[in-house]
Amino acid sequence: MALDSKIPQGPLADKWTKHKNDINLVNPANKRLIDIIVVGTGLAGGSAAATLAELGYNVKAFCFQDSPRRAHSIAAQGGINAAKNYQGDGDSTYRLFYDTVKGGDYRSRESNVYRLAEVSANIIDQCVAQGVPFARDYGGLLDNRSFGGVLVSRTFYAKGQTGQQLLLGAYSAMNRQIGRGKIKMHTRHEMLDVVIVDGKARGIIARNLVTGEIERHSAHAVVLGTGGYGNAFYLSTYAMGSNVTAAWKAHKRGAYFANPCYTQIHPTCIPVSGDHQSKLTLMSESLRNDGRIWVPKHLKDVEAIRNGSLKPTELAEEDRDYYLERRYPAFGNLVPRDVASRAAKERCDAGYGVNKTGEAVYLDFASAFMRYGKEQAHVKGLDENDDALVRKLGQEIVKNKYGNLFQMYEKIVDQNPYETPMMIYPAVHYTMGGIWVDYNLMTTVPGLYAIGEANFSDHGANRLGASALMQGLADGYFVLPYTIGDYLADDIRTGPISTDSKEFDEAEKNVNETIDKLVNNNGSKSVDHFHKRLGKIMWNKCGMARNEKDLKEAITEIAELREEFWKEVKIPGNADEYNEELAKAGRVADFLELGELFAKDALVREESAGGHFRDEYQTPEGEAMRRKEFQFVSAWEFKGEPKDAVLHKEELEYENIKVKERSYK
Amino acid sequence: MNLTLKIWRQKNAKDTGKIVEYPMTDVSPDMSFLEMLDVLNQDLIDKGEEPVAFDHDCREGICGMCSMFVNGQAHGPDSMVTVCQLHMRSFKDGDTIFIEPWRATAFPVIKDLIVDRSAFDRIQHAGGFISVNTSGNTQDANSIPINKHDADTAFDAATCIGCGACVASCKNSSAMLFVSAKVSQFALLPQGQVEATDRVLNMVQQMDDEGFGNCTNTGACEVECPKGISLENIARMNREYLSASFKG
Repeated sequence: MALDSKIPQGPLADKWTKHKNDINLVNPANKRLIDIIVVGTGLAGGSAAATLAELGYNVKAFCFQDSPRRAHSIAAQGGINAAKNYQGDGDSTYRLFYDTVKGGDYRSRESNVYRLAEVSANIIDQCVAQGVPFARDYGGLLDNRSFGGVLVSRTFYAKGQTGQQLLLGAYSAMNRQIGRGKIKMHTRHEMLDVVIVDGKARGIIARNLVTGEIERHSAHAVVLGTGGYGNAFYLSTYAMGSNVTAAWKAHKRGAYFANPCYTQIHPTCIPVSGDHQSKLTLMSESLRNDGRIWVPKHLKDVEAIRNGSLKPTELAEEDRDYYLERRYPAFGNLVPRDVASRAAKERCDAGYGVNKTGEAVYLDFASAFMRYGKEQAHVKGLDENDDALVRKLGQEIVKNKYGNLFQMYEKIVDQNPYETPMMIYPAVHYTMGGIWVDYNLMTTVPGLYAIGEANFSDHGANRLGASALMQGLADGYFVLPYTIGDYLADDIRTGPISTDSKEFDEAEKNVNETIDKLVNNNGSKSVDHFHKRLGKIMWNKCGMARNEKDLKEAITEIAELREEFWKEVKIPGNADEYNEELAKAGRVADFLELGELFAKDALVREESAGGHFRDEYQTPEGEAMRRKEFQFVSAWEFKGEPKDAVLHKEELEYENIKVKERSYK
Repeated sequence: MNLTLKIWRQKNAKDTGKIVEYPMTDVSPDMSFLEMLDVLNQDLIDKGEEPVAFDHDCREGICGMCSMFVNGQAHGPDSMVTVCQLHMRSFKDGDTIFIEPWRATAFPVIKDLIVDRSAFDRIQHAGGFISVNTSGNTQDANSIPINKHDADTAFDAATCIGCGACVASCKNSSAMLFVSAKVSQFALLPQGQVEATDRVLNMVQQMDDEGFGNCTNTGACEVECPKGISLENIARMNREYLSASFKG
């Protein structure tokens, strides 16, 4: 099947408006006759479910957690971008569009990104109307801060809990519709298959995680807002339950999977402390507004710091290497994530890591304390030369901005970041790849949509900070509710979809067979055993730097591990009860397939772009080297086994942006 | 360090449940409490026994999923953290640790340490929102300036993670802190004024219908709240409720 991205004709700035005018609508009376399934209740799924229900559709929403409010969007810290230009610093829709395309290393679709930038301002209006308590200045207006890869302040925030506040906003909009009966909410349910009837997505098979019951749910369209697949790496900043299962089942039913190798490794996470570790914790990128990243200049100081004979605070300024400021003077500590992560790896690989494992760099707020403190002392008419007083005043300001992050760091690491610099290291955080969608956010399966992180569309090969929240809400509130109507306009006479059909029978039988196999497998190793081994392969061979040899090994090793998993995995308990090991096993089984496709995609992409860095393709200065012949989206078609997946290419055209070397120097 | 765990095991909602003892050896102080339980579960699985079921997801203290009573305290001995952020350095070698689920009529046990908190969701369905459609056709976000102090106080109330520690800590199993946090967030913002009367009446009604107890101002909820939600919110909700009752 040829890929048709369905990008509307006409000038870039008019495409979305024109498209909205051209597409079909469903009249209010007919919307009542149409059911939509939304899987996932994060920013994308939650906002979509609420909006579709407001429009009048009957929505059936699903999440695996005990409440829609728990979705992992809640953990997003730093903020949400919007081209409001409240700061008057030259921001505009075009600039947000430009920054996003450049930040994504020219591997995203122009038309989608422009639409995202266009609707971004409306998101802020919408959220304020919903009662989302964004940070404000003393005049009562909204405050902004800066994020990596941009030269303006366009990020709106609510301390270090922006994701929480936005998700609770979407959750409240859902609650209003659940209360009205327009959304039927299914919590503690996991989607285990998509049902395709006459070539169209017409329902799902879900497992009730409390009772173990397998359920059939039908609808006229199915929307997946099920997030990313970073947990393939085992250790990541994702929630423990985040998984690829819904997306992978959709892939197996015909949805092409795009750019699986584009993974974001976030530069500022708390370093790994030991083998028992179950997850990694992010320290928001917003900290790079005020924190400076460094390692010692001399290896002897590194040694002294590691053995405890030297404290980082004692090291003189001239003996520190603020390597981001040195290498990238224009953007300094606010270079994009992929660049910052690779730079940290480069220093640590060269032996300058500052903790015992050699995998940590400093994020230091000492100069921010003094800078803010001096300002405060001046405002309050106090002695600006009293260093202790100035530091204390400055710490108060920093506490107001990032208090919860500092507290979180202290609880985990047991060090006070007001007294000593934080230690950070990159960790898997987000996946830019995902299910391929057209301009309408429809997958290659008619009636099956993917929104938010679950799709591939807006971030190219690298996502800029504070853009995930923007995309999730843009898709759910403002894009999908329009585009899905165009498809559903043909369904007004269809009537309710029956679950009593051979397609539902077949899908349910498949699900039951897999579950039976897992539960009755008399293996000897736990699910986590396999998940950890997969994570090690992914991190070591498909991580921050990749090469042909490693990727080929990864493909073989993952396939072998998958085989071993099905022979040796052991699940205690039964299928007809709450059984977390069984749920985990199903998810890891899918990660074991996705992981192989991931490595295969990385192998085929013989260039470096954004989060995908191939050792073979770099400039003499060690920067990523893009190649013109790879200016396409890789969309993989499922053909039985990951090794047999077929590559389809969507060529990327840049008509409004000049593709040039991505420089932050 | 070596520990003795005494954990509540209950097969399902109908089972009566009991405390079961598990010895733990070589626990690292750098482990989180849940990672310590992961190690226990790994041992149990290896021995062919069923692991201890507990709710958890983000493991960074924000999703509100984790929920256990550790030595008689919601989320354990450390203050201002959820149990996923509690670290074993808060315990010492030789300690015995009791681990139980939240106990409240409105939170029935599903299995082991997992309880059903859907009552919280139903309270939110009754009024935890501002009735504005998500069309985006609202006024510009900066058209209503909001006093910074009010905005910050509303934010503080809005940081509630809905974990249920307040209910579990309260001798009356009251949900007043949870409900008042949402009522306060909207009461402090101009956008929330329009529906203020109905909101507080409906949410309190639903809270009572769910079987949560009343508030007798003992303040255990505030002490145990991992997000430091203030008792002032309960006072504010009482004022809102009283004035709403007169408007009726």
